Amino acid sequence: MKREPLLAVERLSMRFGGVLAVDDVSFTAYQREITAIIGPNGAGKTTVFNCLTGFYRPSAGHLVLAQDDKEFRLERLKGHRIAREAGVARTFQNVRLFAGMTVLENLIIAQHVALTRASFYNIGGLLGLKSHRDAERAAIERAREWLDLIDLTARADEVAGNLPYGDQRRLEIVRAMCTGPRLLCVDEPAAGLNPHESADLARFLVSIRDRYGIGILLIEHDMSVVMGISDHVVVLNYGRKVADGAASDVRRDPAVIAAYLGEEENA
Amino acid sequence: MGAASRLKDAGLAALVGAALAFPLIGFHTSDTSVGFTTRFPWVAIAAAAVFVGRLLLGLVPPRFRLHQFGRRTTAIPHGKLVKLAAGALIVFAVLLPVLPIGSRESIDLATLALIYVILGWGLNVVVGLAGLLDLGYVAFYAVGAYSFALAVQWFGLSFWEMLPLSGMTAAMAGILLGIPVLRLRGDYLAIVTLGFGEMVRIVLNNWTAVTGGPNGIGDIPRPSVFGMPIAAGTPAGVTTFNHFFGIDYDPIQRLIWLYYVALAVALAINWFSLRVRRLPVGRAWEALREDEIACRALGLNPTMIKLSAFATGAMTGGFAGVLFAARAGFISPESFNFQESATVLSIVVLGGMGSQLGVALAAVILATLPEFGREFAQYRMLLFGAAMVAIMIWRPRGIFTVRAPSVRLDET
Repeated sequence: MKREPLLAVERLSMRFGGVLAVDDVSFTAYQREITAIIGPNGAGKTTVFNCLTGFYRPSAGHLVLAQDDKEFRLERLKGHRIAREAGVARTFQNVRLFAGMTVLENLIIAQHVALTRASFYNIGGLLGLKSHRDAERAAIERAREWLDLIDLTARADEVAGNLPYGDQRRLEIVRAMCTGPRLLCVDEPAAGLNPHESADLARFLVSIRDRYGIGILLIEHDMSVVMGISDHVVVLNYGRKVADGAASDVRRDPAVIAAYLGEEENA
Repeated sequence: MGAASRLKDAGLAALVGAALAFPLIGFHTSDTSVGFTTRFPWVAIAAAAVFVGRLLLGLVPPRFRLHQFGRRTTAIPHGKLVKLAAGALIVFAVLLPVLPIGSRESIDLATLALIYVILGWGLNVVVGLAGLLDLGYVAFYAVGAYSFALAVQWFGLSFWEMLPLSGMTAAMAGILLGIPVLRLRGDYLAIVTLGFGEMVRIVLNNWTAVTGGPNGIGDIPRPSVFGMPIAAGTPAGVTTFNHFFGIDYDPIQRLIWLYYVALAVALAINWFSLRVRRLPVGRAWEALREDEIACRALGLNPTMIKLSAFATGAMTGGFAGVLFAARAGFISPESFNFQESATVLSIVVLGGMGSQLGVALAAVILATLPEFGREFAQYRMLLFGAAMVAIMIWRPRGIFTVRAPSVRLDET
């Protein structure tokens, strides 16, 4: 199948005072592909995510998300509109669920935009109109499908903060998927998981890619996950891109080995 | 605990007691040349009382202690029980005027309690659901009351015309406060809202030309019965309620009618609050309380969520203000000081943030407690404080702590 570009990061830079956290980074993420961003700690991976999802305004560069004749300039969109309009959903390194609310409520809130519209900005909901009730029922059904997929249906009415850590990670991914994204950004989904859980999670990400045909951007330190499922790997070090290509090519790249293991003198 | 350690523990408590009593009880202002007399024996008595009290407390078996009791009974009063309790409370409220305890004073007090219930429910949206700590809530109460009083004075509008309009005015004030504080959270938000509350009170106090300053505004009419005032005699051109129904006038009728109006407003707000919690905007409020960053990442607009919470809370406060003005017939800035904000906030905290029934119970307790304590005169506030401490030990997270989910998987 022909590769279709989804997200173009063009000469992105992000400066914090005197620190250049991301320095002139360009890469492309494709539809129906998992693009991994790897690199040692402090390489600027999460900063790239924060620029993409509107938490930082980049110092320089363009972020262009294009699909079906629609084009979004992410660096110009205000925080919440990136998720709402451009369809970029994300998860966080340290899980950010609505911990005091139930599993199901977490997934319903993710469908807030559609539900608000269907309830005519809540007024229809207040009056108990049918359009709102139907939309809510549809939202619950959608949540149920996702919960079935991660085996959490039985715990749907439990408080999300009480779930085991691995389940919380998967729930956060599912919650992001409930927004109906074009691009899903997952930040270290395997952190804190045991090898068995990591392998499960990797399979889960692949199944999302194949089923929904969306692009996935993945930050991950666990190389077994990265090398196993990535279609394409971007390597950052000290804010610069040092390599970009298929997983098998990248792992042999001397610049990547140097970034992770350090360079030999006079090599 | 052994006898020695018990004595040591009691001694320590007595020491703290003595340290507190020394400045508080040890000196007494008087007309002597130095301006005070000392009464150190009293300090010794206070310390001894603490010593004995602590020692006796140590003899109580641990499982009968108050906080242990609290720990055991934290188990979930919810589901059917809450519905039953709420139903009983509503039936009691409806029947109150015909019950034997339905005297002038008790109906008037119940009206005041209902006003606090409404205030509590309003602030509950802002603090309990959206998690925005607002210490200046009294400002919206004042805006509601003053907009009603001024509209009566200038345009001759009635209670029924001003009830919705004052609510809207207060909602507007809520948005006005909301815009500058959008970026603030927690302590910082609390300080700014506290300042806003004081600003409103000080403006009311000093803008004499409009608000009458400290003299306040009087002659605020009570609500009519579908356009017919409750009054004695037959004023020209007006059909009175008493004339229409052929009932003899009695001043208590006005109180009862206002009470029922307040009850109707409270029930309407309760209906609205319960409903809105299950709507997208209500869930968004709670999501904002849980995690603002996650909200943004899911495409929820934090600005709109915050402003809608402030506006809804303020509107409710405005309704309460109108009822307050109609009940008292007279308002002045004095009624809208920080003490009121603090009381309403304690209602929300004591009731259990987010719980409708808990807030209602706490409001009734806090509004009526000072009245029951009247015989104790100057010890009233002491009683009040002790009750608050007891509730916080017994139920540190409020009377009702269990949050009912806004949606369940298999209920639709």
